[in-house]
Amino acid sequence: MGALRNLTVTQQIGLLFVIIFGVLTLATIASFLRSLGQLTSEQASLHERLKRDLRAVWIGTVLFWVSWVLGAFVATLLFAVVSFLAFREFITLTHTRRGDHRALLAAFFLVLPIQYSLAGGRAFDLFSVFIPVYAFAALPILAALGNDPTRFLERTSKIQWGTMVCVYGMSHAPALLLLDFKGYEKRGAFLVLYLVLVVACAQIAQEIASRRLRRRPVARHISRSFSWRAWGIGVLTGALVGGLLYWVTPFKAPQAVLIGAIAAGCGTLGELVMKALKRDAGVRRWGNRASVTGAVGLLDRVAPLCFAAPVFFHSVRWYFGA
Amino acid sequence: MTRVEFVGLFLSTLARLITGAQGHWYGCPPKAEQRIYFANHQSHFDWVLIWASLPRELRAQTRPIAARDYWTNGRFKHWLTREVFNAVYVSRVRTDDEDPLEPLAEALRNGDSLVIFPEGTRGNKGDPQAFKAGLFHLAEQFPEVQLIPTWIDNVQRVMPKGEVVPVPILCSVTFGAPIQVEAGEDKRAFLGRARDAVIALQTVDA
Repeated sequence: MGALRNLTVTQQIGLLFVIIFGVLTLATIASFLRSLGQLTSEQASLHERLKRDLRAVWIGTVLFWVSWVLGAFVATLLFAVVSFLAFREFITLTHTRRGDHRALLAAFFLVLPIQYSLAGGRAFDLFSVFIPVYAFAALPILAALGNDPTRFLERTSKIQWGTMVCVYGMSHAPALLLLDFKGYEKRGAFLVLYLVLVVACAQIAQEIASRRLRRRPVARHISRSFSWRAWGIGVLTGALVGGLLYWVTPFKAPQAVLIGAIAAGCGTLGELVMKALKRDAGVRRWGNRASVTGAVGLLDRVAPLCFAAPVFFHSVRWYFGA
Repeated sequence: MTRVEFVGLFLSTLARLITGAQGHWYGCPPKAEQRIYFANHQSHFDWVLIWASLPRELRAQTRPIAARDYWTNGRFKHWLTREVFNAVYVSRVRTDDEDPLEPLAEALRNGDSLVIFPEGTRGNKGDPQAFKAGLFHLAEQFPEVQLIPTWIDNVQRVMPKGEVVPVPILCSVTFGAPIQVEAGEDKRAFLGRARDAVIALQTVDA
């Protein structure tokens, strides 16, 4: 694998895309062949979920490819749009009131664009504190000026939480693109790919493991499938994938394994948190048909990334002092 | 692309970006038949939302109703309602020799579809108010036109009364099964049934 590291950037990209699109094509063909055979209803539902995950990986990979081809500016814009759509879905599911109107406008049309401009302008110091410090203070002020005390704390905390997850969390993906290490310039896109792949693989592995193992669920009121062992398998898979990809990162192999495990652990636990949120909102699945409001199901796709990206970003930055 | 088409595309894209503008066709398919869509009315945004959730080929023949005194004063407002939305103008001031429904009847005779809000005014929340009689008279005059009950969900959160900038929140437009005036049904019974048909769409599941 050390030889792979010494290839030029273009060669590495070519190799990566051949590998990734090859594996994805194989997986899609396998899943299609499987759908031709007879399936029990349980197998069919598992198959349906795997198909959804597979589609998410396809979309993620194509997004990555587009952002690689078109450069950092377009990539930042692309992530900003995804972030906007996810936040829109989040706000749809929470009960805001008239008095929140101004706070919501500020969150959508000021906080979100500013956060992504900070990422695009590489102002990482302000980028890290803008939402947790400044937006944290500003949003409840606007809500209070809305002159409505009914369930005030509940409403403002929901808006703040949504901003943190959908805007702050998500904005760390393009920030990774723009992060410059010594001797690793212009390769930030690989870090995003590394993160997305590790988290997606961990998620799929956990899904399969939880079906096979049938362990006692840890939190049965939130998720009937989440068990520590399945989670552990997900993390191990993430670590393995991270290790295999070490040659595209600035890390040494053991570091790549460790960081892969951290990202995978955060991502899969983030998914659990989103499940709790779904239960709270009374939605069982955020598919297109689940509710009359028709939330499009983007949020549970990006949630693992939203949770993993900030942890990943800050641990990398702290460790390398970039 | 002409300027009118461009503005139309821009507005529908904007509506989709902000609200998703998803059309759920439960009781009828989106077909190019002559129809009257009647819906609950909560916000100025309602018409744009229904319009954006229709397939593009239906938009040109589906027309809103606009108050003549408000929407024709000012060049831009007039241009927008006339060229882009192809609105049917009605006057709010009643004169003795004129039937207020006449412009609507004329549009229906031309083969156009209409979107009407039979409550007459915007309600604040909860169930729609009692329906006005116009729907009944149109249904009697044009029995061959399908009457489609329509429920607009969530739009009051996008732009509450008195605000000008919309907040991005997903909305949906649900189209139900067509209804018609039964033989011997009087005005009151029909309007009540029409209102119930709209309310019933609130809870339909996929």
